[in-house]
Amino acid sequence: MRPERFDSWLTVDAKGLYCRPGGFHIDPHGVVRHAVVTHGHSDHARPGHDAVLATKETLAIMRARLGELAPRRPQSAGYGEPVTIGDVTVTLFPAGHVLGSAQVLIEYQGARAVVSGDYKRSADPTCACFELVPCDLFITEATFALPVFQHGDASAEAAKLLKSVEQFPERAHVVGAYGLGKSQRLIALLRAQGYDRPIYLHGALQACCDLYESFGVPLGPLEPATGAKRNALKGQIVLAPPSAIADRWSRRLPDPLTSFASGWMRVRARARQQGIELPLVISDHADWRELTDTIAETNAGEVWVTHGREDALLHHIQTTGRRGRALALIGREDEDQ
Amino acid sequence: MKAFAALLDRLAHTPSRNDKLRLMADYFASAPDPDRGYALAALTDGLFFRVPFRRIFAEMLESRVDPVLFKLSRDYVGDTAETISLLWPAREGDAAPPRLADVVEAVQVADKAEIPALLAGSLDGLDATGRWALLKLLTGALRVGVSARLAKTALAQWSGQPLAEIEEVWHGLTPPYATLFAWLAGNAPRPDTAGQAVFRPLMLSHAIEDQALAGITPEDFVAEWKWDGIRVQASHQGGERRLFSRTGDDISGAFPDVVEALPESVVLDGELLVMRGGEVAPFNDLQQRLNRKTVSASMLKSHPAHIRLYDILFEADEDLRPLPFEARRARLEAWHAAHVPQRTDVSYMIDFAGLAELEALWAGARATGIEGLMLKRRDSPYIAGRPKGHWYKWKRAPHLIDAVLMYAQRGSGKRSSYYSDYTFGAWRTSDEGEPELVPVGKSYFGFTDEELKQLDSFVRAHTVDSFGPVRQVEPKLVFEVAFDSVHRSARHKSGVAMRFPRIHRIRWDKPAEEADTLETLSGLIVD
Repeated sequence: MRPERFDSWLTVDAKGLYCRPGGFHIDPHGVVRHAVVTHGHSDHARPGHDAVLATKETLAIMRARLGELAPRRPQSAGYGEPVTIGDVTVTLFPAGHVLGSAQVLIEYQGARAVVSGDYKRSADPTCACFELVPCDLFITEATFALPVFQHGDASAEAAKLLKSVEQFPERAHVVGAYGLGKSQRLIALLRAQGYDRPIYLHGALQACCDLYESFGVPLGPLEPATGAKRNALKGQIVLAPPSAIADRWSRRLPDPLTSFASGWMRVRARARQQGIELPLVISDHADWRELTDTIAETNAGEVWVTHGREDALLHHIQTTGRRGRALALIGREDEDQ
Repeated sequence: MKAFAALLDRLAHTPSRNDKLRLMADYFASAPDPDRGYALAALTDGLFFRVPFRRIFAEMLESRVDPVLFKLSRDYVGDTAETISLLWPAREGDAAPPRLADVVEAVQVADKAEIPALLAGSLDGLDATGRWALLKLLTGALRVGVSARLAKTALAQWSGQPLAEIEEVWHGLTPPYATLFAWLAGNAPRPDTAGQAVFRPLMLSHAIEDQALAGITPEDFVAEWKWDGIRVQASHQGGERRLFSRTGDDISGAFPDVVEALPESVVLDGELLVMRGGEVAPFNDLQQRLNRKTVSASMLKSHPAHIRLYDILFEADEDLRPLPFEARRARLEAWHAAHVPQRTDVSYMIDFAGLAELEALWAGARATGIEGLMLKRRDSPYIAGRPKGHWYKWKRAPHLIDAVLMYAQRGSGKRSSYYSDYTFGAWRTSDEGEPELVPVGKSYFGFTDEELKQLDSFVRAHTVDSFGPVRQVEPKLVFEVAFDSVHRSARHKSGVAMRFPRIHRIRWDKPAEEADTLETLSGLIVD
């Protein structure tokens, strides 16, 4: 028989979201014995777990980033392959966020709950495309859950960067981009515009790029920025973690023009505060329209909101006649940095 | 609209002047007419729409956006026009976006009742950046860090025509500047502005250096006081009266008193001052009247404006600029004696027998509240720009105080990785009787690139707290700060504000306790 209430079997404890009949957490913040991990970003894939179910790409990312603290007992599941855990069936579906990212469908006594993890619906050549999973309960992220966030066409943003390189050929264009996902997507977008010159990388980005290539995502010629001759970087594109673009690291570059690829760049004050000269609105999260469309399309009667600007999304959920609830999960930062 | 929106977007985020020039020059080179003409008008504050856009937007949103979502969004974004541009519901598969010129011209001729539908149609056809640019344009507040003069400089850079010539024709033209662009693109002669009250680019001076000082003799040079106001050009030609700033901005609206007093058929050069009972008021008083579009009756009464005349450029239709200074000066005196115009006087010429006497006068300038001396070659014609060897300014020596570095803020552009903007303080006694520092000024120049590196390292090594881009540092480092003058200020905690403070020397050697007190600084106030 169908359980009356989802919160009788999906609960939030000190370590995060917990599935009681399956005996596992999803993306737990604290160390646990059994976890399902949606994707490899550090606020979802924490170190020190024992058994972890995830896609093989996510497990590879965790191994590369966590070293000794990677899951001791990894178990991979392909997209669409059901796995029985305790009294529930778990199936992973593509979330379109980064390489290996998954939504988690949990079926229990005929009820279907989907934990979205982070997701986006717009095209991304570096990962599998989001797949809609009809469900009764949809647990969604809300990073960009305000109607002001309409991410627009990412290719046009890549073209903007290339135009600036042409306009300012004596300056190194240093683009802040998150190491896992954003960097590779930006590289792929530039390649799709026909940009075939080497792209220079901050040392911290190399490992993730190698990993993407090993999973068959071609990124073209990449060179380390550290150690390159200063003059050789004139008019080149250099990718670096956001924390490095306006700090001492960037002084090695010739007259750097600071850029930043992020959904937050949609808001001018944010770009200004960070001294960004060329904001690029490229996000790996769903924008307002994708969030609200996805909620409608899943046909879920109940929606839980995990992290971000939940006020606006809950208001929207209520106006569409669904039951909404904010899940206060710790350890989720301002994502898409 | 797309190219204009992309330009504004880039300008809004670009701190460097040269980069802004390149962005604008590229735009003027590639955008078609009359779009680029309207873009130029927008960049030079030359477009006005007498339409209550804010109210119209509010009404348009009511039927389109949930008020709760709008409020949450507005709170997050912090700017209403930007919020509207971002959350305007995007429409897919629409026709081509509207052209800048089409939108401007349609709004200019539209009936009030038609405007909401017209705007909605334009917004529907644009992306978020396009909508933002359109709203900025219509509400008349671009705020992208471009002055009218910078836009004109970009025109000069793109076309290869001298800036002075562009400035000279500028005020005779109106948007969308078809004749201007035809000339700049090489398709037509320069627009004719003879007999119009247009701006004639000013002749400027160089700061004098020691070797040039030796050549100053009463045979070749005249000396005048350098007054502490702003340089202006007053023009009354072709029935129009205008007052221009040094950079060619029309500031007539803020100074109707001096403009109305101007006799016909003349172009004059002088210093704009506030004067009461024949005495020049401090610069602060003049500042109250600057940067306004209009001025209140009470302000006209309490802060009366006056022009101290230096030069005459045109009398009737006669261009006097090719004449030697001495001849122009004689014409100026004769003209002034003949017309006796209100709210003007002629700058006083200082008699001097030689350099020693001049030096004594210069040294006394500080005590008399005068900014310094002007030295002008007797035979110089009036040449636009800053020609070498003709006019010199000899500013009085700056004040110096020792102040303690308190806060440092990250710079922008090339300096974005450096803590390069410094707030410094002077000592005073706190209510508890303890010595405490109070901020007295802020400066980001006066030091070399090498010193900037050292200062940046110092800030990083001595940070005690940070607030966003600002770091509070241990009060250890002393700056010798140079500044032109100091005034009372209700807006600053210390009660004083400096003019043109700059880091004169870094006193790595000096203990912070030996820096100056607020009392010392307050003692330099001249009111």
